[in-house]
Amino acid sequence: MIMSLGPYAWFIVTSYAAAGIVVALLIGWVIIDYRNQTQRLRQLERSGVTRRSGRSATDTP
Amino acid sequence: MTLIDLANPTRFLALSARVLPWLAAATIILLTIGLYQSALAPDDYQQGATVKIMFIHVPNAWLSMFVWGVMSVASLGTLVWRHPLADVAAKAAAPIGASFTFLALLTGSLWGRPMWGTYWEWDARLTSVLILFLMYLGLMALWRAVEDPSRAARAAAVLTLVGALNLPIIKFSVDWWNTLHQPASVMRMGGSTLDKAFLIPLLVMAVAFTLLFVTLHLAAMRNEILRRRVRSLQMMQASRVAFSSEMGTGSRQENASTGAA
Repeated sequence: MIMSLGPYAWFIVTSYAAAGIVVALLIGWVIIDYRNQTQRLRQLERSGVTRRSGRSATDTP
Repeated sequence: MTLIDLANPTRFLALSARVLPWLAAATIILLTIGLYQSALAPDDYQQGATVKIMFIHVPNAWLSMFVWGVMSVASLGTLVWRHPLADVAAKAAAPIGASFTFLALLTGSLWGRPMWGTYWEWDARLTSVLILFLMYLGLMALWRAVEDPSRAARAAAVLTLVGALNLPIIKFSVDWWNTLHQPASVMRMGGSTLDKAFLIPLLVMAVAFTLLFVTLHLAAMRNEILRRRVRSLQMMQASRVAFSSEMGTGSRQENASTGAA
């Protein structure tokens, strides 16, 4: 089935494309930020800096 | 697990690690269903196919206010109860809320051009949502400007609670003033005026976008907790370096004075 969007197809397609791009950017930001933070924590722990509890900062109970 | 248990960031990390995959899966499934239903929805007798823009515009507009509401509750948590995760929640929600508000403005504008004949009109609803968007940006700038997270949290919490006054203005602007924007058609006294053919896809998309927010928010909160751990470890490292260099200088001075004697 081919969807007909009529004379305003550009406005509709642009709206959905913009929503897709913004949501993809948000997902990308969250994933990249997580990788950056865990990488920095591991580097700090490798250099001998540990939390007072002695647990790894990336560990969960 | 109670709310008190969640006040422990380590427990929160454990819970979010368990919950996030399920939330992400539920979001993908609901978004797929919502998009499919939106594509199949009939054209409106007045708007034609542009009614499809409503299926993403309305959820984003709802979420733009809902996210600020979440941040307001979190701000109360910061100022009143000093909950350790409250300012983490508020800070993590701001960029997500700003994105939803941007999408509400953009998709509304793209709907307005063919329906109203203009991309923008300085009416009460559009202007109050633009103010909300600018407040999100201001809040994000404030978080970045103040280096100490606890000081930034208190200032941001006050600004968030003051900004919450804009939420009823946005909601009731279409009733209080004569606006180009149409009045409420879903959340209104006397029930929705929308036909089921439009209402069902709209509600599915609204739930899907809300789940998307919850998923992204939990993930962003987890990242913020990790960022604060990085900061505290870096401060420990810096204080160790300062302490050892101080000790080194002290012992050199001692040696020098012993040699001179």
